[in-house]
Amino acid sequence: MTTTSPENQQATVHRPSVRRFILPIAVALTVLFCLAPILWELLTSFKTDDAIAEIPNVYFPSPNQLTLDQYQKLFERRPFLNYLFNSFLVSLASTVLALGIGAPAAYALARLKLQGERIILAGVLIVTLFPPILLFLGLLDIVRYLNLGNNYLSLIIPYTAINLPLTILVMRSFFQQLPKDLEDAARVDGYSTPRMLLDIVLPMTLPALATTGILTFIAAWNEFIFALTFITREDMKTVPVAGAQLGGASPFEIPFGPIAAATVLGTIPLVLLVLIFQRRIVQGLTSGAVKG
Amino acid sequence: MDKKLDLVALRKAYTPTVVPVKDISLSVGAGEFLTLLGPSGCGKSTILRLIAGLEQPSSGQVLLNGRDVSRLSPGDRNIAMVFQSYALYPHMTVYENIASGLKLRKTPSGEVQSRIHEVADFLGLHELMNRKPGQLSGGQRQRVAVARTLVRRPDVFLLDEPLSNLDALLREHVRAELKQLFGSQNTPVVYVTHDQTEAMTLSTRVAVLNNGYLQQLDTPERIYTEPANRFVAGFIGSPQMNFLQVKCEAGQAIVGNSRIPLPLGSNPKEIVLGIRPEHVHVAQSSNEPALDGQVFLVENLGMHNLVSVRIASGGEPITVRALLGMEHRLATNTPVRLAFPPDSIHWFDVGAGDRVEATTPSMVRNG
Ligand SMILES: Nc1ncnc2c1ncn2[C@@H]1O[C@H](COP(=O)(O)OP(=O)(O)OP(=O)(O)O)[C@@H](O)[C@H]1O
Ligand SMILES: [Mg+2]
Repeated sequence: MTTTSPENQQATVHRPSVRRFILPIAVALTVLFCLAPILWELLTSFKTDDAIAEIPNVYFPSPNQLTLDQYQKLFERRPFLNYLFNSFLVSLASTVLALGIGAPAAYALARLKLQGERIILAGVLIVTLFPPILLFLGLLDIVRYLNLGNNYLSLIIPYTAINLPLTILVMRSFFQQLPKDLEDAARVDGYSTPRMLLDIVLPMTLPALATTGILTFIAAWNEFIFALTFITREDMKTVPVAGAQLGGASPFEIPFGPIAAATVLGTIPLVLLVLIFQRRIVQGLTSGAVKG
Repeated sequence: MDKKLDLVALRKAYTPTVVPVKDISLSVGAGEFLTLLGPSGCGKSTILRLIAGLEQPSSGQVLLNGRDVSRLSPGDRNIAMVFQSYALYPHMTVYENIASGLKLRKTPSGEVQSRIHEVADFLGLHELMNRKPGQLSGGQRQRVAVARTLVRRPDVFLLDEPLSNLDALLREHVRAELKQLFGSQNTPVVYVTHDQTEAMTLSTRVAVLNNGYLQQLDTPERIYTEPANRFVAGFIGSPQMNFLQVKCEAGQAIVGNSRIPLPLGSNPKEIVLGIRPEHVHVAQSSNEPALDGQVFLVENLGMHNLVSVRIASGGEPITVRALLGMEHRLATNTPVRLAFPPDSIHWFDVGAGDRVEATTPSMVRNG
């Protein structure tokens, strides 16, 4: 042991010096690669029309090439606040529904010895395999039949349904790793089943609910096809659809500036959401429940 | 009225083939500390969960103070349980953890406070009251879990391997603490462990279980000195008891060149001789019952050597282990003559494994 240690030391001293350079560079490149489109949109949204059109591309605009006009135009020409509200309402409602239906279902699947549990799970899994585009035509017929066109429900219901399998599967595996002793202890303590679920299980479930909730919310916020087809009234459109339909002053002009501004505004709520709930997710509320 | 717990012909079948508890009847009275001891998977935890009401018995009854509680939910039974994992609510402070059971039973808040204060004094928990379980050490969590049961003042305490998550040193310390703590109160305690030291040191009585059946229910001393059958004899005591199957003739067992009288009234063809390693010693004279063998392993246990000796009998050689003092400097492959003092020998039936006792004295004792 002692004779080999000097060699080991040399090796460990030598290697980090290479790593010290390569690792940060690799990280920086990866981050740049991932963020480039977003940064480009962000930059575009603050540039003047001339600066956007200029060739070669302006990567570092001078102060007179920067403006807030694009955002102004966005709100002047279109009811953009309205779009944001629509997206928010539809995403929030479908997220709450997906969690409200999915979490209890997941708990039942994790804790009760159900007959045909495997079949139920297989069914849930198969639903996730359908590409939404295949469901779309059928859904359109249903929406027409139920007269749900231009109704928020025509989006809320499909978004909930599409996100339910994911919610159920993720929450089920979470409940499975939740120590059962805690629920037993609660029952010995005298909790009734509903109170146990609310006072003991739910607080420990919050991190998992936040994680799956964010995924559901993002999926609903970004959804395009259903939102494009089921909603035609201007004041009920969601952000992605409205952004895509932004028109220029003439049919031949593509309004790059306002589109970039719309993209940025459509992304900011998601970024805020993740930042707010990140702490919840990382917190790891269950630590210390059992031997740690 | 004195608190009392009775189990009557308790049976639990999860599936037709998985029957961890087959037929258990026992009772624990006031001031008693009963330990359920047995190998892993013998149904100890299941019995505790049946008492707590976390599982429903397939048949049989759980009586608490003479009242059948078999159909009551856990919350209505007034029992308190310490779980192996402690199962403290992670999102509540220590105080809230301890108070939760009382608050649910609508105990007046003044009494909740005074009871918690008393228990916290007793267990030294005052500084920890506002912490979450995640900020406690293992030993502290264990104490909080015990405190949570103590404040409840239940009709029976149930503890499922409460020390198994502690390191060896802390375990010894907490074991002594538990003994004092539960010794100073009068409520029946049912304690589950597979650690025989815990069982021997803590209990007033020990129930040895195997395979869903009660093997012996007795004081720790008698479990050690008079094991009811071969399983108990082999399970209790470390290192394990030696078992030798020997031939008998005219009420005497033939051990080497000498004969040892069997218990009065028994006259089988063969019998199992059991003797603990601590009772085997090196033969001093030629007329005590002894066997010749050869040392093949010497393990130093500090105070003693655990010496394994191979004894050539007619058929395949048998191994006898003896705890011998350090003064016998035995090396491997040296011949040795091991003596079996007749007073320390236990006799067991060859077939069923039951203890063979002199018929007359035992009849006197029972009568
Ligand atoms: N919910 C259950 N469903 C089916 N079988 C079970 C269930 N719980 C326990 N068992 C089985 O019952 C048997 C006894 O389990 P139990 O937990 O009572 O053992 P134990 O004596 O406490 O063991 P240990 O010392 O390892 O804790 C085991 O074989 C186990 O597999
Ligand atoms: Mg157990």
